[in-house]
Amino acid sequence: MIDGSTTAGGSSAEDPPAGRPGGPRRGSRHGRVSSGFGWYLFKHAGGAAVSLLLVLFSSFFIFRLIAGDPIDQLTKERPVSPEQREAMRAELGLDRPMWQQFWDYIAGTLTLDLGESFQYRRPIFDLIVERLPATLLLSGTGMVLAVALGFWIGTRSGWKQGSRFDKGQVATGLLLYSAPTFWLGMIVILVFARFLGIFPVNGMRSPSTPPDFWSQAVDIGHHLVLPVLTYTAVVYAGYLMIMRSSILDEIGSDYLTTARAKGLRDDEVRRRHAVPNALLPTVTLVFLALGSVVNGSIVTEAVFSWPGLGSLFVQSIFYPDRPVLQALFVLFSSSTILAVLCAEILYWFIDPRIRRS
Amino acid sequence: MTLLEFRDLHVTYTGSRGRLPAVRGVDLTVDAGETLGIAGESGCGKSTLAMAVLRLLPKSAEVSGRILLDGEDLLAMGWGRLRAVRWTGASIVFQGAMHSLNAVQRIGRQVAEPLLVHERTTPAKAARRAEELLERVGLPPSRARSYPHELSGGQRQRVMIAMALACDPGLIIADEATTALDVMVQAQVLQLISGLVAEKGVGLVMISHDLSVLSAVCDRAAVMYAGRIVEQGPAREVFANARHPYSAALGAAFPAIGDLAARKRPGGLAGDPPDPSRLPRGCAFAPRCAVAVERCVDESPELLPVPTGGSAADPVRTSACFVAQEGEPVVAQR
Amino acid sequence: MTSTTASPRALHLSSKRARRKLARARRRRSFARSWTAYRSQRTGMVGLVLLGAIVVLAIGAPILIDESQLSVTQATGGRMEPPSAAYPLGTDETGRSILALTLWGSRLSLLIGLTATVVAILIGTAIGVTSGHIGGWYGWIALRISDWFMVLPSLVVAIALLAVLGRSMATTITVIALVSWSGTTRLVRAQTLTVQARPYLERARALGAGHWHQMTKHILPNVLPLVLASATLLVPSAILMESSLAWLGLGDPSVVSWGSILNRASDNGAVSAHAWWYLLPPGLAILIVVLAFMMCGRALEAVFNPRLRGER
Repeated sequence: MIDGSTTAGGSSAEDPPAGRPGGPRRGSRHGRVSSGFGWYLFKHAGGAAVSLLLVLFSSFFIFRLIAGDPIDQLTKERPVSPEQREAMRAELGLDRPMWQQFWDYIAGTLTLDLGESFQYRRPIFDLIVERLPATLLLSGTGMVLAVALGFWIGTRSGWKQGSRFDKGQVATGLLLYSAPTFWLGMIVILVFARFLGIFPVNGMRSPSTPPDFWSQAVDIGHHLVLPVLTYTAVVYAGYLMIMRSSILDEIGSDYLTTARAKGLRDDEVRRRHAVPNALLPTVTLVFLALGSVVNGSIVTEAVFSWPGLGSLFVQSIFYPDRPVLQALFVLFSSSTILAVLCAEILYWFIDPRIRRS
Repeated sequence: MTLLEFRDLHVTYTGSRGRLPAVRGVDLTVDAGETLGIAGESGCGKSTLAMAVLRLLPKSAEVSGRILLDGEDLLAMGWGRLRAVRWTGASIVFQGAMHSLNAVQRIGRQVAEPLLVHERTTPAKAARRAEELLERVGLPPSRARSYPHELSGGQRQRVMIAMALACDPGLIIADEATTALDVMVQAQVLQLISGLVAEKGVGLVMISHDLSVLSAVCDRAAVMYAGRIVEQGPAREVFANARHPYSAALGAAFPAIGDLAARKRPGGLAGDPPDPSRLPRGCAFAPRCAVAVERCVDESPELLPVPTGGSAADPVRTSACFVAQEGEPVVAQR
Repeated sequence: MTSTTASPRALHLSSKRARRKLARARRRRSFARSWTAYRSQRTGMVGLVLLGAIVVLAIGAPILIDESQLSVTQATGGRMEPPSAAYPLGTDETGRSILALTLWGSRLSLLIGLTATVVAILIGTAIGVTSGHIGGWYGWIALRISDWFMVLPSLVVAIALLAVLGRSMATTITVIALVSWSGTTRLVRAQTLTVQARPYLERARALGAGHWHQMTKHILPNVLPLVLASATLLVPSAILMESSLAWLGLGDPSVVSWGSILNRASDNGAVSAHAWWYLLPPGLAILIVVLAFMMCGRALEAVFNPRLRGER
């Protein structure tokens, strides 16, 4: 850009004013927002609904059609008579036509009747409710830390592209990103729990802890350190790279030159102007990456025997507890779909530009 | 009193293609309250000149010479002093206001920002002042709550002007401020700028490729070609009676409305500006010049006083053209 | 990336062979140019050298260490012995050399990672090019489905499928390919749409080129460099996915991969036995291979992706 005058175009054709000067401005703008938002919401919620249906359909396909007769799985260790088999089939509704089974399945899932776990002999819904807090605690803490750390470093890295800080951070991030989560977890346990003995090996609580709230909280916090450390270490690099390239896209923009010309300090230009603009395209990516968040939390829970949904999923593989696998498959998949929908809705509110189109 | 002075300013970019000289020895002064136009094609170095004033050039640009603002050398300033001078000493109305405004920040905040940076004021007072500034440029104060994309091109350019006025600078630089606008809006914005400049008595440097616009607004005009000033003089004179073949061609490219002669004989200029990495040995304009003589190919002409229209030499009229310096006409006769 | 527009001279060359030769020369030139651009990136070259070394080791494993060392029954060492002169990296719970296991494990990990990537790339490119080129209902549905796969948590899908399909190398490869094709589809589709809009394709259409001709002769050559870069970045995630699945116990039980070594390590209490030599080598091996592929992939991306090229 030796002489930017050739890049000046862009706004010549858009001269008709977008608002009526002097008119009832606020009201008119609000009206436009709500009607536009309705359509926007409808479009994206519709897409999400189709995706959710597709999840239900594919879970039925995988677990009922490919997997074969669940009775074989249930009865593998005991000899059963054909009459007993038939009775079990009838109890589980397997003697009915396939389309009816599919319909029962859809209706059951929508009314949160997820069936009974083979291994626990309890309703799966209860199991999920029981284990959900542990998962939310671990992956929530981990994700907040990973996003904060990744964005913080990514912003500074991109802003000073090619500096020693940038190179060092990108290298560290890539190195940790390349480490398999489960292996890093094992190494972390080996070093901090086995060799140094400063953190518990696994689980979420020690049985010996007094039952009062503060002792329990401290104990859970103590157990939480290593899993969160592992999880954050593996995941933050992704956010770092997203934010870094987003900042690189903004560097060189004219509005940053304007901000500099106004006399802002370099860090003010970054904080007040570059970061808000760079964050916008990043929001959807963060929510899109929720799939990898689920992946990471499953493996982390398995390594640390964290009593959450991830370890339930893993231990159900070998039982095999198909109803649980199926329910968790639907739960994990639909939560990522809903997260993307949330991102799209959020995007509407934080990016003023999207509202116009 | 001299407000802004360039002394032998050189700007060279270093990139993958080697060293590219963008500005090659410019001497120029702007007096307080004076309006100076700088004209030239894209790539002639005029925007580089504008950005150099507030030291906004990228790191790859190497700047030498001196830029004096109110007698203070900008290139020798420390960062703290430079930040203090930015926008209070001189402000810029950037080209292409859509990209020069932060798309996700409300207009009011962007206009108030320099006030909060440079003056001891509260956010509420700055916001009120921003609304006043918007009113000054003919926008309803309620517009402060809008985002840039909710405004038209002309309105955005007005916002840029309001922003430039915020800290009452002694000098305003308008860099292609009206280029992207359609003709009617362009006229309004020009009127606004010249009105405000006259009212406040600030110096104005107006940069455009349109010599006719400059002649309408400015007292004086300088024409740039390949990083050098090739002609300088009263703006109307430079436009109507060019003393450099390049100014003549530039003026003919934007004929004044109602100029019948120009309509019958549309002017234009063949070829492109020279590649800055391979500048001709002599006059940089010689390869495209209709009146070039042998001397132009070998020697580089300096900016010297020239006789105007055959009468006595006007001391404020200078041209870097051997032909004009001889007193010969610079437009090929048909 | 060079456009495939033939020079005016080429149009007048009557012989098909001469035209082919010209195209080949042009490809060679553009390859040479890309190589020069790649070579200037230090991390990319480091990654390439690392990769070369690993591939040589993986191929040469049978020469370096006899396969009999992998047999549980013929193992000579003691249970989880620390590193010694006889076993430079110690032994596992059955007395086998960790060095031998890690070296042999590289073959499986690389094989599965590469095969799964190739399958995913083939599916992704085919769907991407056709959906971008043909468009319409087909294109819309293809886009929806690839979006759907992109959002789903890949490990969950892979575990669910492996849990019902059974554990074997073929199922592992299929499942990994199935959860990784969607990114390529998006990329290829976008690139196809860009190429599609270029004037020379319009010319080709005007001259009566069929869909097949347009896709194979014009779109694919333009899409391939980008596909190559994304494939290089897909291999590491395939390797990581394979190791996670194998560690969870969903790998082929009859073969040795890095993930399955670590699976045995955790099943046999290597962590509580403080057997760091059992954990470090296979894990570090995964890390290095993944890192090497990432370095190469990022360098390739910088060469082929015009948006990332050049420093601003």
